[in-house]
Amino acid sequence: MSEKFNQEQYNKTIKEYQPKPALFGNCMKAFLVGGLICTFGQVLTELYMNVMGLSEKEAGNYTVTTLILIASLLTGFGVYDKIGQFAGAGSAVPVTGFANSITSAALEHKSEGIVLGVATNMFKLAGSVIVFGVVAAYVVGIIRYVIKLII
Amino acid sequence: MDYVWAFVVGGAICVIGQILLDVFKLTPAHVMASFVVSGAVLDGFNIYDKLIEFAGAGATVPITSFGHSLLHGAMEQADKNGLLGIGIGIFHLTSVGIASAILFGFLVALIFKPKG
Repeated sequence: MSEKFNQEQYNKTIKEYQPKPALFGNCMKAFLVGGLICTFGQVLTELYMNVMGLSEKEAGNYTVTTLILIASLLTGFGVYDKIGQFAGAGSAVPVTGFANSITSAALEHKSEGIVLGVATNMFKLAGSVIVFGVVAAYVVGIIRYVIKLII
Repeated sequence: MDYVWAFVVGGAICVIGQILLDVFKLTPAHVMASFVVSGAVLDGFNIYDKLIEFAGAGATVPITSFGHSLLHGAMEQADKNGLLGIGIGIFHLTSVGIASAILFGFLVALIFKPKG
């Protein structure tokens, strides 16, 4: 067995275990899954508008609630994490990812009890979304309010 | 056609998130926080409403719309109650999302066993 053969064999073997630079593939998966979740949201919105006769805004509220319910349940069944491994940002960016982060944090700490585990850890990941959202909305809101006063 | 634009715009927002994850090596929490801030800033320039008109759920389902709704609720009340209105209205439109996420998350955590 020559040294060169070993080297080649080795390179071939490790290739399977090395992380591939798959930016394009990851983006395609994110696009596909994220797009599908949004299309499903559009289907729900139009369903609520046509069947229940709601306005677009009300239908939007029902849609968000439905998506969150589905995402929480899928997280409970362990399905959403598998989708997340495939889709990356495609399942994290939609509002379903927000529900997933709350439910998975709550489930993860269940063994520490309902109060100290589930309730206190629920916003471990989602908290940053709310904090930054509120701070940003305050800053932009005050700027817009002041501009309006001047003009 | 609504469905096509919802798919394309929603997918495109997720691709931006994926690029932030892979190229700029941000964590998902950082991506979500940046997206909420972007949504609020875009709404500050009245851009996000146009995107919603165009793409429907493609713009309302991604987390960016959370920032947009926060600012929208805040500005609605600010028109009526002045500066204090920002605080009164900030969760006005988003409370349904947060409340249902808390409720369902809590119930699922009670019923299901953690996997893995």
